Amino acid sequence: MRQMMKGNEAIAEAAVQAGCRYFFGYPITPQNEIPEYMSKRLPEVGGVFVQAESEVSAINMVYGAAGAGARVMTSSSSPGISLKQEGISYIVGAQLPCVIVNMVRGGPGLGSIQPAQSDYYQSTRGGGHGDYRMVVYAPASVQEAVELTQLAFDVADQYRNPVMVMGDGVIGQMMEPVEMPEYQPRALKAKDWAATGWDGKSRDRAVINSLYIEPDRCEAHNLMLKARYDEIEKNECMYETDYMDDAEYVVAAYGTTARIALTAIRQARAEGIKVGLIRPITLWPFPNKAFEDALPTAKKFLTVEMSMGQMVDDVRLAVNGARPVEFYGRTGGVIPGVSEIYREIVKLTGREG
Amino acid sequence: MEKQLIIAGFGGQGVLLIGQLLAYAGMLDGKEVSWMPAYGPEMRGGSANCSVVISDEKVGSPKVESADVVIAMNRPSMELFEKSVAPGGMLLYNSSLIDTKPTRTDISVYAVPCNEIAETLKSQKVANMAMLGAYLGVTEQFTIDAMMDALRHKLGPGKEKFMPLNQAAIEEGIKSVK
Amino acid sequence: MAIVFEKPKMLAEKQLHYCPGCTHGILHRLVAEAIDELGVGEKTIGVAPVGCAVFAYDYFNCDMLQAAHGRAPAVATGVKRVHPNNCVFTYQGDGDLASIGAAEIVHAATRGEKITVIFVNNAIYGMTGGQMAPTTLIGQKSTTSPLGRSKEVNGNPIRMSEMLSTLDGPAYIERVSLHDVKNVMNAKKAIKKAFEYQMAGKGFTMIEALSTCPTNWGLTPVEALKWLENNMLPQYPLGVFKDIDA
Repeated sequence: MRQMMKGNEAIAEAAVQAGCRYFFGYPITPQNEIPEYMSKRLPEVGGVFVQAESEVSAINMVYGAAGAGARVMTSSSSPGISLKQEGISYIVGAQLPCVIVNMVRGGPGLGSIQPAQSDYYQSTRGGGHGDYRMVVYAPASVQEAVELTQLAFDVADQYRNPVMVMGDGVIGQMMEPVEMPEYQPRALKAKDWAATGWDGKSRDRAVINSLYIEPDRCEAHNLMLKARYDEIEKNECMYETDYMDDAEYVVAAYGTTARIALTAIRQARAEGIKVGLIRPITLWPFPNKAFEDALPTAKKFLTVEMSMGQMVDDVRLAVNGARPVEFYGRTGGVIPGVSEIYREIVKLTGREG
Repeated sequence: MEKQLIIAGFGGQGVLLIGQLLAYAGMLDGKEVSWMPAYGPEMRGGSANCSVVISDEKVGSPKVESADVVIAMNRPSMELFEKSVAPGGMLLYNSSLIDTKPTRTDISVYAVPCNEIAETLKSQKVANMAMLGAYLGVTEQFTIDAMMDALRHKLGPGKEKFMPLNQAAIEEGIKSVK
Repeated sequence: MAIVFEKPKMLAEKQLHYCPGCTHGILHRLVAEAIDELGVGEKTIGVAPVGCAVFAYDYFNCDMLQAAHGRAPAVATGVKRVHPNNCVFTYQGDGDLASIGAAEIVHAATRGEKITVIFVNNAIYGMTGGQMAPTTLIGQKSTTSPLGRSKEVNGNPIRMSEMLSTLDGPAYIERVSLHDVKNVMNAKKAIKKAFEYQMAGKGFTMIEALSTCPTNWGLTPVEALKWLENNMLPQYPLGVFKDIDA
């Protein structure tokens, strides 16, 4: 049955449906409905919600719960995600699975509380210290947020790495019809590495740790993680295209921005402009293939973001100099309008707007 | 077919609820819908507004820039959003609280005395329902029954005792534009 | 022949890396003995800090997690909430617990997290080479207070046991010392009691153990024990600061 749900609440319920029983968080706009929902919902299913004293503590509680073998989630928005970076780096180092939701708001600093996509670099380049990656899902609708949240738990468990669900504030605050899918888990290995109490015989002693004091061992650890990231790149990349069959002009956008771009593209198509959309669903791994596939018909690319231009770097790497890549962005919490994006598309064609 | 709406007023007037009910009704009618609030400090006693899209195909932009319909429940909202009505579009405004007239001539305009209608029902709380009724009266987009279903869906069980008052307000709203 | 002394089961077959004369080794043993005697070894999950005890995950013969600097109480909270019937402890130094992890310890305590915190106070940052700690005494020299800690420049040392005992969450808080046999025996009793309280679900428990750092204090092991007795006890009086059953 379809029901209207707010993005934040839908994400929280999807997590519960996927077996998440532990949530540690701290209030910050615009994601408060997630902890609020979890504080009511988790006790109903035998789970635990703790409001931590800070985002720093919350992510370390996640570290503890994940290390103890639980399905666990935290959520925050940009300034809070910055605070979590220390913990995320440790979680990666200790090979722990968890899901982190970031409902991005304007920055830098305290910034604004309105929707933004300016945490792209932070999310896709690691974010904390050290050499690491995590899968970053960028839903463009409430329904997709639900599906990606459930997938995030499985992908996190499969690769023993944190996974981020990154929405702009709109995804969290908007209401749309949702069909809550029946959770279909992947075939996953038992967590025989988790700290659960040790009887001295049934398995090795569990040590959840990111310290490798000898450089050789630390390098070996990094190489092992790198091999895992290569697997993720091979297996987990997701994207969607619209109107790409004959597209001479290609708009690249994700999340809410892709929705707005789609409306602008429909208008431009009605005017006979052959324009299409590539919408990365995983920001890391980045869907390079979609851009390579576009080259036979594409003359120009346009990246649209709610930032000063971050994903555009990845688009340029994917296009690798073969075509011009333009950029249009609004930032600080300002959402680009359909007419602005339409104007930018017309500009690409060299026609008068 | 796609309808894009902006509904605006001050916090507490129930403008977000009007938007949600229209989105619910659209969903129950099998349409694709989205409801997007302006969120933040403006929720607390300041101005409130939301964008609603009801469409036959997958909703593109959930943010409405050029609206088929603007509903303004107070004067600052009308001043802010009158210009957002697409040419040929529609503006419904709460004439109980807005003593100026819209200046646009390329749109249809409906003055709805929401608070006065609510007053006749002895509950200021249903001024928003009167406006919702006016919208239904003008557009005939949804039946009263469909809207009452949406309201039940939204409020959940246990709120049945509020239904007659809300329905009366919607009916009076419809009459006000006939 | 009767065995009169042996290594606790809770200590792994691994040589400790601590400096000669450091009391960490004694404290590890006391914790291990207490867990052995209570028979909860198979249920025990420990959390190691950042600091001299960072390798504690190699020494305690139970499931272990290594935490970021100061975050052990938050990590232990996550573990305990997932496994409420297990025995969960953190082992933290003064820099870890009283400085960078001040928020985490205060809130774990006030939430009444049913964990046991072993707090090693030796008034110095040992692992990083003798910098000033939050518990460094007024006048005490360190590599970042070379003229001695001054109230005006560096602020005052912090008494964690007293501070935390004002909260409602803790069930048991005691400060003990490791500078002589009598006090070591008493420390053992306190640690065991803290674990007993945890397993009985009474609330947050913490044992603060005054400890030596001969290397960074620039003293011989014996001088260090004397220095602790003469200088630390006046600033950090021993005793039970909180016992909900008393």
